[in-house]
Amino acid sequence: MNYNWNWSIFWEPTPEGTGTYFDTLISGLEITVLTALGAWAVAFILGSLIGIMRTLPSKPLVVLGNVYIELFRNVPLLVQLFIWFFVVPELLPHALGIWIKQLNNGPFYTSVVGIGLYMSSRVATQVTAGIKSLPSGQRMAGTAIGLTTVQTYRYILLPLAYRIIFPPLTSEFLNTIKNTSVALTIGLLELTARARAMQEFSFQVFEAFTAATVIYLILSAVVTIGMRLLERRLVIPGFNGGK
Amino acid sequence: MFSDFDFGVIWRSLPYLFEQGMSFTLTLTVIATIGGIILGTLIAMMRLSSKPILSGFAASYVNVMRSLPLVLVIFLFYFLMPYIGQWIIRADRPIQVGALSSTMVTFTLFEAAYFSEIMRAGIQAIPRGQVSAGYAIGLNYREVMRFVVLPQAFRNMLPVIFTQTIVLFQDTSLVYVLSITDFMGAASKIAQRDGRLTEMYLFAACIYFIICFTASTLVKILQRRVSIVR
Repeated sequence: MNYNWNWSIFWEPTPEGTGTYFDTLISGLEITVLTALGAWAVAFILGSLIGIMRTLPSKPLVVLGNVYIELFRNVPLLVQLFIWFFVVPELLPHALGIWIKQLNNGPFYTSVVGIGLYMSSRVATQVTAGIKSLPSGQRMAGTAIGLTTVQTYRYILLPLAYRIIFPPLTSEFLNTIKNTSVALTIGLLELTARARAMQEFSFQVFEAFTAATVIYLILSAVVTIGMRLLERRLVIPGFNGGK
Repeated sequence: MFSDFDFGVIWRSLPYLFEQGMSFTLTLTVIATIGGIILGTLIAMMRLSSKPILSGFAASYVNVMRSLPLVLVIFLFYFLMPYIGQWIIRADRPIQVGALSSTMVTFTLFEAAYFSEIMRAGIQAIPRGQVSAGYAIGLNYREVMRFVVLPQAFRNMLPVIFTQTIVLFQDTSLVYVLSITDFMGAASKIAQRDGRLTEMYLFAACIYFIICFTASTLVKILQRRVSIVR
């Protein structure tokens, strides 16, 4: 292969003059992590609400939750991001639309909201499954000792359900991290975009993408190990749900 | 609210959107699904093999692929394939690999990791007794897999395989990053040419929704049927 290897490329300055290529990759990693955390917060909170809604005895709420999930599950993430980025500002009142378009970190906020809502439908499915997997005796026992519905969920159902769905939630969080790379299409300068820019500026294809690949692998290993430790700390003795 | 919008642009570009765009999207989905299932089944069998080299290789392949974002993998293969091709056929210069064939290979290799996890679950769900019974009546490993294990594993996993295919269908929209004219690529080209982003993107979202919703509803029906038969 007549390819000019140059692993010291990482320490050379970029043509943009903002530091070395290594610096740009690391700042890409920062944006990837920040976006993923923001999106995960949206996904976790909204997903939990929708997931809980689907286990309530009220039929309209269940239907509403199902509609929400179908809506966000059946449209590709790329299309959803384009809609939040290009379409929604047009449909809002004019002044508000202009304000949104002129936001400083527009792609970042759009990604947090867009990826967050997309992932929330997946979190909701897991939360519902977790609550439904509990024996119905748990809920009845809660009612029997005089807890309100809110208390039953807060003190009995949710602590158990979240422990049961901990492993799938971990993989949904990893998916959130991976999905942030789709946001490069709306101009978010995250890790994949930085690797691509590095390849364009320096023509060092292998080095740029190897670095990005290694960083993603490390990131996912760190998250996996961290989550496993967290899961072990959250075990309730005597419940195999927490195992 | 919609008074400034011109939904006629959709009507005028329908032939382009579907003949060029959707036909590519569907071709890519079908090829990557078939290729991914075949390759994925082989990887799953390797991973369950008793030889540590085979199972180790399969496990690391699957884990690496599943840790990487598809967008990165699309770029990776698009830029690396010319060099890999050059290395394989010992050519003088990097070979030409078009964006189309590059995405076909990328999606097949990427989805194989996901299909292999599905097939592994399917194979492991077949009771060990069936394998032993196969050996007892004198079948060898290949015959046990071919006639006893895989047909059942495949059948049991059919709903999951279809669900993964729907995910794959949605993922094909990411070939947008290579400026390929898939359905989304076609929609965005028209959108940018005519300055009709709102209309085109909303239309694309509706079409994706209709297709995926219909398909996932059919999968649910299939799931109910398969579970009654068993």
